[in-house]
Amino acid sequence: MTEIILFNIAILSVIAVIAAIVLYFTAKKFRVEPNVLAEEIAEILPQANCGACGSAGCQDFANRCATSTAEEFRSLYCPVGGRNVMTKIAQKLGYAAEDHEPTVAVLRCNGSCENAPDKVEYVGLKNCRLASRVFVGKTGCPNGCLRLGDCVRNCPFGAIEMNPKTGLPEVNPDKCTSCGACVRICPRGLYEIRPVGPKGVRVYVACNNKQKGATARKNCKAACIGCMKCTKVCADVKVENNLSYIPTSVSAEQYGAELASACPTGAIVYTGEKNEQN
Amino acid sequence: MSKIKTFTTGGIHPDKFKLSSDVAIEDAGIPEVVTIPVRQHIGAPAKILVKKGDKVKVGTLIADADGIVSADVHSSVSGEVIKVEENETGGGYLEKMITIRVEGDEWEESIDKTPDIVSEITSSAEEIVQIIRGAGIVGMGGAGFPTPIKVTVPEGKKVDCLILNGIECEPYLTADDRLMQECAEQIVIGAKVINKALGIQNAIIAVDENKPEAIKALQQVTRRYVGVNVQVCATKYPQGAEKQLIAAVTGREVPPGCLPIDVHCVVQNVGTAFAIYEAVQKHKPLFERIVTVSGDDVKKAGNFRVRIGTPSSYLIEKAGKKSEIGKIIFGGPMMGIAGVNLDAPITKISSGILILKDESAYKPEVNPCIRCATCVDVCPQGLEPYLIHSLIRNGEYQEAKKIHVLDCIECGCCAYSCPARIPLLDYCKLAKYEIRKNK
Repeated sequence: MTEIILFNIAILSVIAVIAAIVLYFTAKKFRVEPNVLAEEIAEILPQANCGACGSAGCQDFANRCATSTAEEFRSLYCPVGGRNVMTKIAQKLGYAAEDHEPTVAVLRCNGSCENAPDKVEYVGLKNCRLASRVFVGKTGCPNGCLRLGDCVRNCPFGAIEMNPKTGLPEVNPDKCTSCGACVRICPRGLYEIRPVGPKGVRVYVACNNKQKGATARKNCKAACIGCMKCTKVCADVKVENNLSYIPTSVSAEQYGAELASACPTGAIVYTGEKNEQN
Repeated sequence: MSKIKTFTTGGIHPDKFKLSSDVAIEDAGIPEVVTIPVRQHIGAPAKILVKKGDKVKVGTLIADADGIVSADVHSSVSGEVIKVEENETGGGYLEKMITIRVEGDEWEESIDKTPDIVSEITSSAEEIVQIIRGAGIVGMGGAGFPTPIKVTVPEGKKVDCLILNGIECEPYLTADDRLMQECAEQIVIGAKVINKALGIQNAIIAVDENKPEAIKALQQVTRRYVGVNVQVCATKYPQGAEKQLIAAVTGREVPPGCLPIDVHCVVQNVGTAFAIYEAVQKHKPLFERIVTVSGDDVKKAGNFRVRIGTPSSYLIEKAGKKSEIGKIIFGGPMMGIAGVNLDAPITKISSGILILKDESAYKPEVNPCIRCATCVDVCPQGLEPYLIHSLIRNGEYQEAKKIHVLDCIECGCCAYSCPARIPLLDYCKLAKYEIRKNK
């Protein structure tokens, strides 16, 4: 009995020694030099692995930064970490940090329960992408928010929350990193990444309905009817397919309040109003 | 009588509710205004040929097929075109439609209006395909695939079997059943016409066991026509699905991603065969069809011969509703779509309108999956819906693709039989949407 045990131990020891020798030489031969710089940059990054920068994750982005030239580095930006993180990385690399304007996601729909009341009841799976395939939506607007919250569930930073009063998702600008997950998930393409704007003041058209005015208004009180009044306030505002679009180049501080008050339906949202009242 | 056949993988036996199988087809009459969509088929919308103010007759071409995968659209009434604009479909989305105000009932002269049955086929194979194309015929079982493509044999392929689909496995629907009972001879001649176009000699009319009257009517007629046979199939859902029907009748399995033509079969709905008979033998384009109006909220369930473009509300009025409508479904209860617009027009592919009570339309509470694998047992495509469901909940769309979610035929057997009441079909549809979007 004891011999068998000893014999087994001996065999295993021999195997262990052989394996150790093989492993030692393999490790020497195939050794990969760790990129210390990339490791350090990865530590600075937020490690959200959201893909908003266009790389396949934070480690990939770090590798790209570490191997980039000053010219290439200028085009790299981590929207989640923002300016702070990019400055730190730039210091590590000895480059100058490019100034990127902070951005935020906005919902281009104002079809709240009040503006666009439900016409039918939907009892299927609570999922926007599925519902948009099955039918036009509870409100009847073929371009509007379905209010089933795919964006809320898919936001990696918990920045979007359903407002029970309006029924619409709301983006918290403090938490939003403009990673673009909501832009990709929304079947109606309602989200847009826009600059936060100076002092957080922005102006945009909260409507995506391309129907004619009368048809659009039938379903939603706050629909853009393509009346062209906004184009008279600022010539840069474009109206195409009965839908107005305010380019990001239009200064919210200068035109925001005027644009919002010119819109007869309230489709233009100006976030600055509250600040002025304070 | 030959052996009763059926497919082997999966399938369910839902309650039939064939309330209207012994109600004769009734002419629904002509509404005051019809709204005809220019896309009633799979493929490109037809090009509109008329404008506001134009006078049209019954059977006048009003929209021309745009390309091969498209179909002509004909006027179903005589009168004046009053609008050519976008209108809401049953699902609420907008489609280009032609609205015609009815004045009298004047038909195009070329149409043979007599009730005589013309059994001698004088047109050649090429002519038949041309006539079918010119009559705007599409698959009337529900998919709406343009028929001219299906009756032409592509080069290098061979066909040895024409199957006419008279299964109608959806609960409630009886339109095909009534058509087979009342117009058996026309359907059989339609089958011979398709045979001639395909250059083959035999056709099998597959009928579900639960339609004894239709089987009797067809068997009486087929005695006089060489090559056309009736095959009785055991009642099982979804036997009317193309791939399942081929498996049931011939025992051949259509591989994933292949068409019936790859296993040498052509499947046509009996309604399509009837439309082909009318087009080829009576020169009548497709502008009316049989529609079942049924459901537990209908006063008098029935089958109606309806002009294309008739508003659904007109038909609902005809059948009469008992109370406030709880839910309206266009098509059968298993695969039909819930409607949001009561005025949606009847199209070439509307097989039925179901009106259900509020309480019968509600979905029960969803419980967690207990891995009982009932859904695997019933899936006619041999998929694993419970696994697809858990993968989709975790956003693993590529994994779902690997287990062949794209082969799902959306028959709804899984969701119907799930004891936890999980909407498994919704998850499969979502997976297909996501995979196709990211392709």
